[in-house]
Amino acid sequence: MAEQQKPVAPAAPVAPPKKMEFKVLGKNYVTPDLVAKVTGRARYAEDWKAEGMVFVKLMPSPRPHARIRSIDASAALAMPGVHGILTADDLPAPPPPPGGAPPAKGPAQGAAPAGAPAAAPPAGGAPAAAPAAGAAGGGAAAGGAAAAPPPPPMPPEFALTKEPVYEGEPILAIAADSEEIASDAIEKIVVDFEPLPFVIDPMESLRPGSSNGREQGNVFVGPSMRTLKWTREQMASYDAGKFPQDGEATETAVFGDIEAGFKQADLIVERDMHQQTTSHQPLESRSAMAYWQNGKCYMHVSTQSLARTVASVAGWVGIKPEELVLISEYTGGGFGSKIPGAQSMAIPALMSKKLNGRPVMMRISRAEETYIGRVRPGYQGYIKMGFRKDGRVTAIDTFIVEASGPYRRQGDHATTANLGSLLFQAPNMRFRGLSVATNTPPGVSQRAPGGLQASVWFEPLVHEAAKKLGIDQVAIRKLNAPEGQAQFGLVPPNTPPGRPRNKLTSCFVKECLDKGAEMFEWERKKANSGLRLGTKIRGIGVGTGAYTAGSIGVDGLCILRPDGKLEIHQGVGNLGTLSTFDTARTIAEVSGVPWENCEVVWGNTSKGLPWSSIQAGSQTTYAHTRANYATGQDLKKKLQEVAAKTRGGSPDSYDTGPNGVIRRGGGVVLTWAQAAEAAIKLGGIYDGTEVPKEINAMTKAAAAAHKGRGLMGVARDNLPRDGQTYGFMAAFAEVEVDTETGVWTIVDFTGVADVGTVIHPNSLGGQINGGSIQGIGHVRSQKLVYDPHYGNALANRMYNNKPPTILDAPFNAKWAAVELPDPTNPVGAKGIGEPSTVAAAGAVLAALCDAVGDDVIRRTPVQPEQIMSALASAERKPDMPHVLQAFI
Amino acid sequence: MPPIRDVMPAFELFQPTSVTDALGVLSRHGADAWPMAGGNDTFDWLKDRIKKPRVVVDLSMVNELQGVKDAGGGLEIGSTTTLTTIANHPMVKERFPMLAQAALLVASPQIRNVSTLGGNVSQDARCWYYRAGWPCYRAGGNICYADTPQAINREHALFDADRCVAVSPSDTAPALVALDAQFVIRNGDAERVVSAEEFFVGPGIDITKLTSLQPGDLLTAIRIPNTFANKANYFEKVRDRMVWDFALVNIAASFDMSGTSINDARMVVNGVSATPYRLNSVEAFLRGKARDKATADTAAGMAVEGAVPLAHNAYKIPLMKALVKRAIRGDAAWTS
Repeated sequence: MAEQQKPVAPAAPVAPPKKMEFKVLGKNYVTPDLVAKVTGRARYAEDWKAEGMVFVKLMPSPRPHARIRSIDASAALAMPGVHGILTADDLPAPPPPPGGAPPAKGPAQGAAPAGAPAAAPPAGGAPAAAPAAGAAGGGAAAGGAAAAPPPPPMPPEFALTKEPVYEGEPILAIAADSEEIASDAIEKIVVDFEPLPFVIDPMESLRPGSSNGREQGNVFVGPSMRTLKWTREQMASYDAGKFPQDGEATETAVFGDIEAGFKQADLIVERDMHQQTTSHQPLESRSAMAYWQNGKCYMHVSTQSLARTVASVAGWVGIKPEELVLISEYTGGGFGSKIPGAQSMAIPALMSKKLNGRPVMMRISRAEETYIGRVRPGYQGYIKMGFRKDGRVTAIDTFIVEASGPYRRQGDHATTANLGSLLFQAPNMRFRGLSVATNTPPGVSQRAPGGLQASVWFEPLVHEAAKKLGIDQVAIRKLNAPEGQAQFGLVPPNTPPGRPRNKLTSCFVKECLDKGAEMFEWERKKANSGLRLGTKIRGIGVGTGAYTAGSIGVDGLCILRPDGKLEIHQGVGNLGTLSTFDTARTIAEVSGVPWENCEVVWGNTSKGLPWSSIQAGSQTTYAHTRANYATGQDLKKKLQEVAAKTRGGSPDSYDTGPNGVIRRGGGVVLTWAQAAEAAIKLGGIYDGTEVPKEINAMTKAAAAAHKGRGLMGVARDNLPRDGQTYGFMAAFAEVEVDTETGVWTIVDFTGVADVGTVIHPNSLGGQINGGSIQGIGHVRSQKLVYDPHYGNALANRMYNNKPPTILDAPFNAKWAAVELPDPTNPVGAKGIGEPSTVAAAGAVLAALCDAVGDDVIRRTPVQPEQIMSALASAERKPDMPHVLQAFI
Repeated sequence: MPPIRDVMPAFELFQPTSVTDALGVLSRHGADAWPMAGGNDTFDWLKDRIKKPRVVVDLSMVNELQGVKDAGGGLEIGSTTTLTTIANHPMVKERFPMLAQAALLVASPQIRNVSTLGGNVSQDARCWYYRAGWPCYRAGGNICYADTPQAINREHALFDADRCVAVSPSDTAPALVALDAQFVIRNGDAERVVSAEEFFVGPGIDITKLTSLQPGDLLTAIRIPNTFANKANYFEKVRDRMVWDFALVNIAASFDMSGTSINDARMVVNGVSATPYRLNSVEAFLRGKARDKATADTAAGMAVEGAVPLAHNAYKIPLMKALVKRAIRGDAAWTS
């Protein structure tokens, strides 16, 4: 197999890509939502009001794991102003499980039929497992209990529960005239809990005789659970400070031969490592308001995706997607925690139904958001990397214990392995992992799920190796970096040879490293490595990041109206990235209709919106420039045909100009308005009466609603793609560490992205800087804290769970893109929301290692005392009970 | 039955515009009344429905309580003067730059715009067990959850723990103690002026409060004598984030120098005990010594004598030693 393991060079001979030039794309502009946002006119879910609206509050579980024996709500329901109660018994049965399918379909999901996200509720339609699809994803790699019959799949998570499996999980909801009355009422409800065993620190649940997080077991294996305990000797090793590398894993994935790989190594670096669980903490919580009218449920929600939230929320409410009208014009972030909405959004809808359609508002408080708002799983584990003298990686071995939360295998750990394979083009690699049930908030994708953790996991070892081998930090990353259509990924052991590996559609991370080194003045900054200023010491670091950056197969829809305006309909959620508008501009670019003539229609499914990708996995820019490119082409073709049918000649003799359809080499023959009117007269495919068969049912319904209103452009993205699309970034950081206190600051930062064509420079800057800050927050301060004895949360407020703030960001951060187009996207674009998070974390962590030494940092967040107490001790070890302890 | 958090309960709100009216409302409602300055401590307690006062007295409209005045070369600072005002005030910056620095390092710009000096020194403990409503000693119960064998107590006390291991969270409190500040308290028609030692109380004296303020009391002003005006001083705060973070440990120090030797000094560390922890033995040792490395090293060792670390806060001992050394050596120690 060794021969197959070499990264594949770009197919020869390919002309070097060149920056593409556009009329509309690539320019800064004022997005249609901007004025409303900055003036406060934008209405988020909780800003809506309706006549007769009542409020619900949730009863959170006070226990990390319990069974509810009984609920006595009589005193609450007798209170004036209380309207009703909703419990787990009021929830609809879940949609049938999709055959124990893996949690996510990955980049191919764009091809899913209408209504497919019924599987999304538990999985979140998340991209987390996407990169792992070829690796250990899907539970295919379950290695343990092969002979035993597979245990049944775990039941999904519901909005309300009779068996709370983490503190804060909602048990019931009360509707009342005000939140105050609802809260007072909840405090009068008597619940009889039967306490059940629980797990906070995943490693503790591997101890013989220890508790399991669920009655079905302590580790997730595919969609099921089993009980797995390590031996006393292994746990003794852990207690003595060494992660037991021979512990049993439930997931194993490999590529090549790691034993041979390590034999080839001139240098081996290895360490135990911890990284923390963090909550998503979007600024807008997952509030929702609902009412029923004429048999339809109307919901104002805070969601990342829009088109892809309909089926999931309908499923949770127990209705058909066409019975739901979803409104979400503005969303204050989600970071992966609201990809298809959230289970809790069913609560106001079902309460409203109970109250005969009366509007019900559920405002989720920050305390509730911290409980139910999802988390990125933390890791405890071991990493080993082998290097040749020249810096080339020969092998990677890693064991990751993932704190998965109580409901399902999250799979970030497998994605981390997959990205290690990709970013360092490891010729030999092994991943072993456990996804351990913890009675802490459920894990779900968080911006670069598994990707951010990959940089924290691997970059410090690459830094150490370069130092020991005397190789430049940029050079070692360039040497190992993927390029072109590089292959990557792991497979379960004993997979027959010949199985194709994952393959990139494009990769210019080496160019990012070159450009970044120049902008950051890496060569000059090298003098700052280890520079002492009093008690302070400088360090410089570089890291690379990658993440999925595009899916395929979604639809576009636009209508040129008789008033000459072009409506561009977008089912893309407006989650703060501006992609709702940025990708719409592709239609203007391709069709020739000036952007000033365009109106974007978004945020309300009753307006007729096309089928879209999820707004996650950095997919939207790629997916919807493709879909809207096809739609813009369809519009332009129809404009030419309408001109030919009404003005004579062949369609090819017409083109579009600034004011309408022109005769090639001549003037305007149809204004935009005239073209629209002509299309309505022609009917058929021109006014939307006939639509392509391959478009999604949601798009068909939207087209049907708008037929006859003008000239309709509508298309599915049928463009070919060979490979998986990933975005990349190289980040550079300089830090200053006070060796006496451990306090550190970032004094300089540069991020250079490979996003293909830049379609909106200001938006890209926001994604690079914003994603970087999120990565920096992971390295600096963000965490969750639990009391291990009682299982209760201790850091539920932002002042003690410490997400990054703008004052933690480097003031002089610089960014750029290499602007080399992806060949599989007609405008060359791909996504960036996640690679920035990955690269920034790795660069800052590498810079910290550069400053204080490679032997000091063994956990994130890198709190001051970790550095301070390690540097103050003879052993250079931080003064803490166990360096791998979780949730402290 | 399970607690609901983050939902403001009903209360009666008073917004007096004079000290006299404020005192009237406070004495009328006694223990039922909750005086509120900037509200940052208050709103957490109220919204989490852990403390449920019947009456809230909002002091933000009492102009008499705001402002910085000269007081014989020292300063008198109204209790509801905002931290932003203090951080930027020319007289504070000139005479007591350490206090301006301490105010500037509190929380975030937005919080400093509404937070007050009186509120910052009177705020309650931030022990995350206590703040989450656990029925601990400080909350009137009979256990300290932060001092159980498995408790997570990274941010808790090294000194003077008496059942409770919570620490004083204030940044301005150690600065005020190191400046010999006096606290002016009125109750009804009576006024008393107390020293920092009397104002801040540990669990041995009252386990349910961090100050000696009683029902009906109104902290009206803080007086800083001219003892350390325009003299050498030092403030440093160590925290996880660059903003919106309580101190893991902070230090405030004032020095009255005779040439190169220390005539008199105050050294106060916070984040290590329930009251700002004054280093009396170090202060005595420093008299007549130079502010040099040898002095600093000896003082650092003395400073941590008697420290009793918990499972997760042993790092505070070397951190405190480092801060004591740096305070004695002065800014030049780490800036050059």
